[in-house]
Amino acid sequence: MFCAYLLLLLGVGVSAVEVQRPRGVPLSKRQFYEENKPFTCLDGSRTIPFDRVNDDYCDCQDGSDEPGTAACPNGSFHCTNAGFRSAFIPSSRVNDGICDCCDTTDEYNSGATCQNTCRELGRKERESLQKMAEIAKEGFLLKQQLIHEAKRGLEEKQAKLEELQTSKKGMEEKVEALRTVKEAAEQPEKEAKERHLKAWEEQKALIRMEKDKAKMAEVFLELDEDADGFITVAELLSHSELDPDSDGSLTETEVQGLLGGADKVDTVAFETVWGNIKEKYISKTQADTPAPVETPQEEVREPVPDNDSEQYPEDDIPEEEEEEEEEEEDDDDPDEEDDKIPPTMRTQEKKEDDEGTMPPYDQETQNLIDAAQKARDEFDEAERALREVDDQIKSLEKEISFDYGPSAEFAYLYSQCYELSTSEYIYRLCPFNRVSQKPKYGGSETSLGTWGTWAGPEANVYSVMKYEHGTGCWQGPNRSTTVKLTCGKETIVTSTSEPSRCEYLMEFTTPAVCQEPPSLDPTLHEHEEL
Amino acid sequence: MAPVLLLWLAVCLSGTWAVDRGNFKTCDQSAFCKRQRALKPGQSPYRALLETLELTNTRLTLQLINDNNKVRLLLELYRLQGNMTRVKINELKPLKPRYEVPDVLIQEPPTEPMSLLSQDENGVVLSLGAESQRVIVSARPFRLDIMEGREVLMSVNSRGLLAFEHLRMRKDTLFHCSPVLYQAVNEEEEKVEDGMWEETFKSHSDSKPNGPSAVSLDFSLPGVEHVYGIPEHADTLKLKTTDGGDPYRLYNLDVFQYELYNPMALYGAVPVMLAHNAQRTTGIFWLNAAETWVDISSNTAGKTVFGKMLDYVQGSSETPQTDVRWISESGIIDVFVMLGPKPQDVFSQYASLTGTQAFPPLSALAYHQCRWNYNDQEDVQAVDAGFDQHDIPYDFIWLDIEHTDGKRYFTWDPHNYPTPLIYIFLTFFSFIHQQMVAIVDPHIKVDSNYKIHNEIRSRGYYIKNKDGGDYEGWCWPGNAGYPDFTNPEMRAWWASMFAYDQYEGSMENLYTWNDMNEPSVFNGPEVTMHKDAVHGAWEHRDLHNLYGFYVQMATAEGLVQRSGGVERPFVLTRAFFAGSQRYGAVWTGDNAAEWDHLKISIPMCLSLGLVGVSFCGADVGGFFKTPSSELLVRWYQTGAYQPFFRAHAHLDTPRREPWLFGPENTALIREAVRQRYALLPYWYQLFYHAYRTGHPVMRPLWVEYPQDTATFAMDDQFLIGEDLLVHPVTEEGARGITAYLPGKGEVWFDVHTFQKHNGAQNLYVPVTMSSIPVYQRGGSIIPRKIRVRRSSTCMEHDPYTLYVALSPQRTAEGELYIDDGHTFNFNKKEFIHRRLSFANNVLSSINLAPDAQFSTQSWIERILILGASKPSKVTLKTAGECLKCFFMFLYGKIIMLMFPNLDWSRHKRLYKRQTQARRQENWLSHCGTWRRERLRT
Repeated sequence: MFCAYLLLLLGVGVSAVEVQRPRGVPLSKRQFYEENKPFTCLDGSRTIPFDRVNDDYCDCQDGSDEPGTAACPNGSFHCTNAGFRSAFIPSSRVNDGICDCCDTTDEYNSGATCQNTCRELGRKERESLQKMAEIAKEGFLLKQQLIHEAKRGLEEKQAKLEELQTSKKGMEEKVEALRTVKEAAEQPEKEAKERHLKAWEEQKALIRMEKDKAKMAEVFLELDEDADGFITVAELLSHSELDPDSDGSLTETEVQGLLGGADKVDTVAFETVWGNIKEKYISKTQADTPAPVETPQEEVREPVPDNDSEQYPEDDIPEEEEEEEEEEEDDDDPDEEDDKIPPTMRTQEKKEDDEGTMPPYDQETQNLIDAAQKARDEFDEAERALREVDDQIKSLEKEISFDYGPSAEFAYLYSQCYELSTSEYIYRLCPFNRVSQKPKYGGSETSLGTWGTWAGPEANVYSVMKYEHGTGCWQGPNRSTTVKLTCGKETIVTSTSEPSRCEYLMEFTTPAVCQEPPSLDPTLHEHEEL
Repeated sequence: MAPVLLLWLAVCLSGTWAVDRGNFKTCDQSAFCKRQRALKPGQSPYRALLETLELTNTRLTLQLINDNNKVRLLLELYRLQGNMTRVKINELKPLKPRYEVPDVLIQEPPTEPMSLLSQDENGVVLSLGAESQRVIVSARPFRLDIMEGREVLMSVNSRGLLAFEHLRMRKDTLFHCSPVLYQAVNEEEEKVEDGMWEETFKSHSDSKPNGPSAVSLDFSLPGVEHVYGIPEHADTLKLKTTDGGDPYRLYNLDVFQYELYNPMALYGAVPVMLAHNAQRTTGIFWLNAAETWVDISSNTAGKTVFGKMLDYVQGSSETPQTDVRWISESGIIDVFVMLGPKPQDVFSQYASLTGTQAFPPLSALAYHQCRWNYNDQEDVQAVDAGFDQHDIPYDFIWLDIEHTDGKRYFTWDPHNYPTPLIYIFLTFFSFIHQQMVAIVDPHIKVDSNYKIHNEIRSRGYYIKNKDGGDYEGWCWPGNAGYPDFTNPEMRAWWASMFAYDQYEGSMENLYTWNDMNEPSVFNGPEVTMHKDAVHGAWEHRDLHNLYGFYVQMATAEGLVQRSGGVERPFVLTRAFFAGSQRYGAVWTGDNAAEWDHLKISIPMCLSLGLVGVSFCGADVGGFFKTPSSELLVRWYQTGAYQPFFRAHAHLDTPRREPWLFGPENTALIREAVRQRYALLPYWYQLFYHAYRTGHPVMRPLWVEYPQDTATFAMDDQFLIGEDLLVHPVTEEGARGITAYLPGKGEVWFDVHTFQKHNGAQNLYVPVTMSSIPVYQRGGSIIPRKIRVRRSSTCMEHDPYTLYVALSPQRTAEGELYIDDGHTFNFNKKEFIHRRLSFANNVLSSINLAPDAQFSTQSWIERILILGASKPSKVTLKTAGECLKCFFMFLYGKIIMLMFPNLDWSRHKRLYKRQTQARRQENWLSHCGTWRRERLRT
């Protein structure tokens, strides 16, 4: 014990510059601890003889009488830490056997062997501070650039937006005007077309009637086997398909009934009979050849839908397919349409073949149609253009609406994505959009959250991003990700972790958070009390 | 189809949030329970054959006959030292031996002589030693009545529910071998019921090669309305009657998300029941490790079955009575009747049978931080740093199953916990006085590349299935084997696996946690092992409830051995049995973050304490689900005053380290934990006491106030030792609590405000979030260390503050126990144990162990005397010298004596200066060499 005492004295002797003050007192409070004067607790609550300072018994409620011992539960001990940063530690860490102060002063009676690591720590800290300062410096420059670009970008976008909004107005007017034009052109077109169609219908009826007459004459001749100009009951009897009660046999009485009660009819009287039998009548000469079947429909089915599924059998479709970017889906669409068009057209053609073709419009009608079509095309074109502009405006407005920081320094992250590959997963951060995780070796992508909000502490809101409402966890919450931003020259994801189930943490460096480095005064980092 | 699907979904959903009751048997689904419970009272076929009575000095034997089937039983009756009676009933000539539970009793209980007082054709009367206690053995039907004076303390088979299913040959197989014998057997046989020779539950069938083998016996407790114990159940402290419902079940089971307030079996089983009334406390210890059901009914009608002989002693028809009936699936009847009469006597009696609480390392009584799981080494370090940064003390950090290499226990995940780093890390931890616990479960992954598995398999140490192959079941690692811990060779081998050179990565500060040791078998019946699995000569059926006991025994032995017998082990177990207290701590399993689960932690641990298991705790915060910050804070405040203090959380819950809920909650939790650390000297002393006597550390109030009927059913508050009363706040949004302060003519001091309250009153106390209502009994002295540091080990050399709370008679008593905190050297008399007493204005210290020697750097820096009046002076008397003392008189009621640590403060000041002439000796610098010092006020 005595030796230790001596050593301590030696220690005091060596650091001759040390200003005498009770153990654990910072220089700034030295004046309150004046030897030989009664000590007043720093909260003013009590005054005690000076020899009760650091006597390892807590007298002051604020712990100020025991700056160098562990006696007060709420006290603090000051380590000078020459060569490094001075620090306060809770009194409970004095002589607890654990080295807390790098200058070892907190363990003077615990038997713990501590080594003075202050100089080493100081050197390391200076190095890392320097490094960080350099990064901050460069980063800060980059940030200025980013701010500049963002400002310009923003201005451009604002200008573009205004321009678009102006042109939108013009286009809206144009669309309205063209709509009027279109509607004006469509009215006469419609009327002309109707006229044309009506004439065509009338003509078709005429043709059908004549065909029917010809057919009747043909049948008359066919039925009139003895060519006597009359069709008799006997001649008709062989056509069992005409059996009115469909009981399988055509009787003479029935035939007589068909012939309107007469035994035979001439061509004139046959007109009435024909009207009754033409639906059922089957010509003897044609009866053997099968009636044409409705082939067209079958043809329609063939090419379209099977095509797709054969190319991509279900099993092979990677699930991500569904989640892929929208543009890619758009690419697929035209193909499908192409596939669908031909058969529809073919059907139409067929129908026209059957019914005969409508005669072309007369010149006047055609002119009206052409004029209307032109008006329509122009209107559609204008409307499409308006929609495009509208989309552009919306997308621009969305882009501008994000909070890109006080100087829009984070604007450059918009529409970018950054990836980090770990042993198992590829993590993807698309700032202001979403965070996702995809297994390296197969498996579907999981959303770890979509853009929520800036979530840093009040003083530094723009240091943390929060992404929320990702894919749900079994028995747990939806996945979410906290992105911590630190100053760096490059924009990269440096690490990811899952500190709590389904709550991810991502570290992300960007120059956008670099602060202007304070001017480096090397002496500042040496200890103030040296 | 749709409705079916919906129904299925509904079942699924409810299954994920609460216990799926359908996974566990009711009495009706357990063939022997159904069979036995169908028996009606008052029709006992058993008759004592008095002519077979033999009485030696220490033992009475007597044959009983079942008049229905003529099977004879042998009754053995012993008078045991310490006011206990043992009743053993077995078949006189069993077909093959029946299982008798080994290793639970710490010795063959020493007996006392009995003598025959009288005998006639109706029965015999025996004297049970000096205390005017007698046993009356009635012959027809057989029954026992234990009496003291004219009072019946307990009757056995008074309701005639003794049933002993004798072992028999199976009829169908018997017929094939010997038709004649079959005929003979058949005639005397009772009817064969379903479930006697095999039984199916859900998809599991139990082959029951030995057929029916259940045993059952009833006990009547006249004058008793309150019975306690038979843990583990998530139920009130006072046991309920089971008429109309299921009996309390004792069958160690891994119950997923257990329900509260019902008699379903949980992880552990201690077949011990205490009965209490204002006059007497008694206990029944049913030593049987098979599945057991306990029926409790409370009635006065039971009296009608009392024999004529006793009629004259019976009081009026209003005498309350509790009837208890025990039913076990196999084994024998071996009952210890503990006759008290005081609660402390019952504790001592039970401790003399099964041993006392293991004396844990001091740090194990401090705060434990656990989670399933800390992801990796870095995560653990970050949590450690979090405690440091937020100045919250902790001693242990825990690693759950994910730390292993693919759930192969004794190994480490090579990526997250590489062993070279573990060594470095544990070394660092030892520098900063922290400890770690790693889990080691008893299911062993079947994997030919796993050393532990290969060794167990090649040595034949696995439990066998009914067909003789190694029993395999599903658990965390997938397919797993279960070592036969009932085999002493296996246990010795297992213990050797904890040697530092065997268990890679282990060091002195790595301790062990045994989970899933019911055992849990995911694909087994009721999530446990098939009853027809084989342990050597015995079926799993016979010893199921012992498995967890043996796992912890072997593990604790391993931790003792690895240090050459020097260091105390610390092993936490989930499954337990009678005697498990000898091997470490238990916790209440997988609870949930709900207010009711916080509340139930009190009766669950109180019940365990009553049957010897003092080192009990519940997962702080709740294991399943996510606590609100209010619930979490309240749980810390409650847990800080319960014996085993560990926060734990399920893998799927958000992180909940104490500093994640804002600075206010962090401060509240810090304060709760600090209160625990300040009280560690008291906790330690109580555990020393529990180790010496078996008395519970956490006690129901009735234990200390046995005549105060108001306390008998109380389980929202409790005592720590006899001197601290705790009424935790367990209601959401509570504005106040009503604490019952017991003891007419006593006083209690609020430990925070020192305000004095009278005993025998309901005290309404307004509470805020920072309130933890705790009261110190007037008349007690409690030591604290109020210099709370980062860990208990850091506080080893710190001084004590004594809190002397005066009784209305201005007296107080207390103790101080100090040793090195972690070794068995206290067995070599290396400790300090002093009695502190205050009387006649003198506080004196008496050495309770004059032959013990221990030297500590700690001293007493402060003494607070609560409830005192202002003294004119205070003197310190040591070694004959009288010195004036510093003191302060505070708030008109507290004397504070101050003892600066003069010894070194004079020397160690930074600069040299002569202190004023304060020439006192440092009277307490070496507590170990205290003589009879006195403080005179």
